[in-house]
Parts: sequence; C-alpha cells; structure tokens
Amino acid sequence: MAWLDTIIQGILLGGLYALFAAGLSLVFGIMRLVNLAHGDLIVLAAFLILVLVSALGLNPFLAALVAMPVMFAVGWALQFFLLNQTLGTDILPPLLVTFGLSIVIQNGLLEGFTADSRRIPVGGMDSASVALGPINVGVMPLLTLASAVAVIVGLNQLFYRTSLGRAFRATSDDPVTAGLMGIQPKRIFATATGIAMVVVTIAALYLGTRANFDPTIGPARLIYAFEAVIIGGLGSLWGTLAGGIVIGIAQTFGAAINPEWQILAGHLAFLVVLLVRPRGLFPRAVD
Amino acid sequence: MALLETRNLIARYGDFQALFGVDIALDPGETIAIIGANGAGKTTLMRSISGILANQPDAVLFDGEKIGALAAPDIVARGIAMVPEGRKLFPSLSVEENLLIGRYGRAVEGHWGLDTVYALFPILKERRTNPGTALSGGQQQMVAIGRALMSNPRVLLCDEISLGLAPVVIKDIYAAFPRIREAGASIVVVEQDIGQALKVADRVYCMMEGRITLSGSPSDLTREAIHAAYFGVA
Repeated sequence: MAWLDTIIQGILLGGLYALFAAGLSLVFGIMRLVNLAHGDLIVLAAFLILVLVSALGLNPFLAALVAMPVMFAVGWALQFFLLNQTLGTDILPPLLVTFGLSIVIQNGLLEGFTADSRRIPVGGMDSASVALGPINVGVMPLLTLASAVAVIVGLNQLFYRTSLGRAFRATSDDPVTAGLMGIQPKRIFATATGIAMVVVTIAALYLGTRANFDPTIGPARLIYAFEAVIIGGLGSLWGTLAGGIVIGIAQTFGAAINPEWQILAGHLAFLVVLLVRPRGLFPRAVD
Repeated sequence: MALLETRNLIARYGDFQALFGVDIALDPGETIAIIGANGAGKTTLMRSISGILANQPDAVLFDGEKIGALAAPDIVARGIAMVPEGRKLFPSLSVEENLLIGRYGRAVEGHWGLDTVYALFPILKERRTNPGTALSGGQQQMVAIGRALMSNPRVLLCDEISLGLAPVVIKDIYAAFPRIREAGASIVVVEQDIGQALKVADRVYCMMEGRITLSGSPSDLTREAIHAAYFGVA
C-alpha cells in the first residue's frame, strides 16, 4: 500500500503547486506577461497573513480572507501603474522589471521580518488527519487540493461564463479591437493581476501553514509554478492542475526512494514531459 | 447640424503623413460612403474617428462635442461603433460571445440585441456556438456587423466590409443596410467598390492621397468626375 500512499500524497502536494501556478498561468494567458516576482508575491502574501494572525490574533483562514482584498489592490496597482508600462512588442522589459521587483520584495521582507524562518500557526490542524480507507491523509493537504480544484473551477467559470471573462479573452486575442468594444485593456490587465493576487493569497495560506518560510524562498516556488504551467500546456487552467500533480507525484516518489531525490525528481519529470510533449499535456488549440 | 464631423483632420504615422486636412460631415439618418484607392487614407480616417488613432480634440466633432483626442472605449461609449477592416473577430470567443462583447462598453436599451441581430442574420443563430473564426468570410462579416450593432450605435462605421467577399455575399450583407438605417443608425461605409458605394449612400466622398478630392450625391457625380477624383487626372 506504500505506493498508493505515495501517489495520494503526491496528488495532494500537487494541489499546492497548482495554486502556485494558477495565478502565473492567468496573467500569462491574458497579457503574455511572465511575472518573475510571482514566487516572491506568494511569500509577501504569506507574511501578510502571518502579521494578521500574530498581531490581530485572527484565525489563519480568516486572515487569508482579509488579506485577499488587500492583495487584490496590490496586484491591481502593481499592474496599472508599473507593469502596464512595460508591456509592448519587446518581451524583455517585463522580465527585467519583474526580476527587479523580485529582488525588491525579497530585500524589503528581509528588512521587515529578518531572515528567520516563520510559520503560520493553525492550532492542531496541521497535524490532524482523516482516514480514507487504508490511507491516512492530512487535513491541511486535503484542504490544499480542494482549494486548488475550487480555484480552477472558479477561474474557469469566470473565464467562460461572465462578461469579465469574455473581456479577458477578447483582450488576450486583440487589445486594439477590444478597445473598439469599449474594453479598456489596461484596466482589464490590472483586474487580471488583482485576481491572480487573490489566488496567490490562497497559495500563501497553504505555503505558510504547511512548512516554514523565509523571505528568500520565493524563486524556488516560481520554478515549481513555471513547471506546472509548462507541463499542463500554456493557457489551460485544468492543465495547470494536472501539471502541479505531475510534479507533486514525481517529488513524493523521489522522496520515497531517497529523501535527497525529492526536488530532483520533480525537475526530472518536467524535463521528461518537455522531451515527449514540448507543448505540454493540454495545449490550447489556438495561440 | 451634422451628427459627426471632421474638421481639418490631420493624421500621421510617425514621419509619414496619411491625412492632410480632411473635412467630412454626416447628418442624422444619413448614409455616406467614402471611396478611394488603396492608400488613399480611408482606413486611417476610420481609425481616427473611432479613437484608435488620437487626433487634435477639435478635429472630430460628435453631436457638437470635441472627441478627436478620446480613446476608442470612450468613443464607443458615446455611440460610435466600428466594423473594422478585416472583421477582427475574437478567435477565443464563440459567435454569440463575439456579439455579446459588442455591448461591453455601451449596454443601452435600443432596437439591437441578440434576438434582433439573429433576426437580421439568421445563419448566425445556427452557428452561435461555433468559434467566430470557424465561419465563412461572409458570415464572419455578419458577426462583425452584428457585434457593432449590439451597442445600439448612433453612428456605424463600416470599413471595407466587402473586401475579399464574393459578389453574391456582398449583396446579402448590403441587403441588411435598410433595416440598420430604419433602426436609427447613421452610417459611414468605406468602399473600394464604387458601384456598391453609389448604390447604398446618400452622399459620397472620394479620397486620394489623404485628401477629399470630390463629394456629392451619387446622382450628381459623373463617371468621369469620379474617375478623376479616384485616380487623379493625368
């Protein structure tokens, strides 16, 4: 039964990586912007939740709810006032600016919170588990995966069932013609980044409650997020979930063989998918 | 007073000047046609009016308001909708979604809605769930026109809607124009097909090299005058 346990734990871990990746996938899908500060923004949101929990004594889930609108505003302003100025035919400016932003966030957090590693306390919930048949699964990992699925379902509904979602897709297709429809692409982009930051906050909640974090761990989360997006296929949200799960399973199998192989196994799985399916598992038909 | 007017409209792309002081006027309820050869500046004129290209504020007047410097979303909100050259449907959206997005910036009550657009172009209702770009060229043009109508525009700008379409399809599309006029829109059509332009328009402007070279009602214009204004006099 050990292998079944490993697969289940891998799927649950994949939920966390899918949460890391969903916001990245959303932003890239709409404005072709690769946000190199994505991982650091997750860490920033984790510190925000931590502050709300420790200073106000809020329950972490409630703290995340409070942090969501704050992070939406941060994302909206970041996109509207800074990143929109970098968008154009040249792909280099957004990369440089978000790379710089990554360094700014890391050092800002280092100044404010020192290099100590922290954790968001969740009472006894982080050690609670439930039995699924013969397998015991942690409550928090289960919640992580459920949240990831809920986020993907929610984003899909938003994309394909609402007027805002139509505007997202139309702007992604052709911003000039979208303008003729009355859509203001810069506001649409700002809203999209705001929504991505709400997803980032959810990811931060599970990142910060699952394990320790410190101001420097953002870039490594960015790598997992990238890999999940690429494995899933650019532009596909369900693909992003699948990509996260592929990395999660690979990592838990790697760790089951030898704990030193956990990270390596995830990256190897990514390489294998790149070799076999360079466009990812579920590439979007039109691009 | 004219509903839509350009006054000494000048447009340039960097160092290249495309329009050299264009004056046109569109009265309420009127249909005007703008004809001219490739590169005459017709599409630039449409892009200037619709706000894709920014101009001097007083170069374009709509209902007395200076709108020359406004961006496209603000122009749509005032009631000027454009059917862009090349249709420009959104490939990620279905036919129906392409129509619905036409209301995004101006959701006003009026004659046009999904039902009336489907009544105007029944084939679109059958194809409503298809991706916009899976349709034939003529059907795509119908979607583009329907999409513009969804905002219940006071002025409808149609840029080269017959380009690349078979004559029989062009006839079908222009057959919808009387109903569009009845519903209250004033129309500007840009056409390379002079015959079609003379048939549909109350007045015609001919452009050459960024200037208006001739204007008048179709019955007043002789073939020779149009020929001279279109190609220049040797």
